Amino acid sequence: MFRNRYETVFIITPVLSDEQTKEVVKKFKGLLKDKGAKITHEENWGMRKLAYPIQKKSTGFYYLVEFDAEPTTVLPFETEFRRDERIIRFLTTKMDKNHIEYAESRRDRESDRREKPKQTGAETQA
Amino acid sequence: MAENKNVRYLNPIAIDTKNERYCRFREKGFKYIDYKDPDFLLMLVNEQGKILPRRLTGTSLKYQRRLGKAIKKARHLALLPYLADQLR
Repeated sequence: MFRNRYETVFIITPVLSDEQTKEVVKKFKGLLKDKGAKITHEENWGMRKLAYPIQKKSTGFYYLVEFDAEPTTVLPFETEFRRDERIIRFLTTKMDKNHIEYAESRRDRESDRREKPKQTGAETQA
Repeated sequence: MAENKNVRYLNPIAIDTKNERYCRFREKGFKYIDYKDPDFLLMLVNEQGKILPRRLTGTSLKYQRRLGKAIKKARHLALLPYLADQLR
């Protein structure tokens, strides 16, 4: 079956508790799995300040999912985002080969960056 | 005197006419412009949040097109403002 790589970033309302946000994330990941998509990568950006208020909220909980799926799965997936009022924004993009390459190199950089602050943090504590 | 003037006229100063431009994306071998990196995109936007024109940044047409798309995606996700007062 023909498959594409997609990337979705979505923003969850800040009014939910930690557990509720986790539940939302779980729901959408489960949805993808049900439709036979394979999640290749996910990123939790956590609470971020929005550049402009959306639905009178100035912060949001960002989450990124990267997945392989058939093109027909994307539309129902997006309708589910529209229906869910806990989601304030979402964006799905199809990844071309340059994008995939970039995403992989970015992951390496991110993991490096994540390791380094830990070291510096330890130094400042000591 | 008259001859001197003519000579000057025939040889315009090279510095004025040649203004070398470069495309930062092409130079650094970019293959993809990421919309998820607002700190980078902020460099290509003026303080009101408008996309800077090619004539100022020297970006090639190909990358300007991709850049525009990246900035618009970033705006949709509230990573960049649609309009702002004092960015930077």
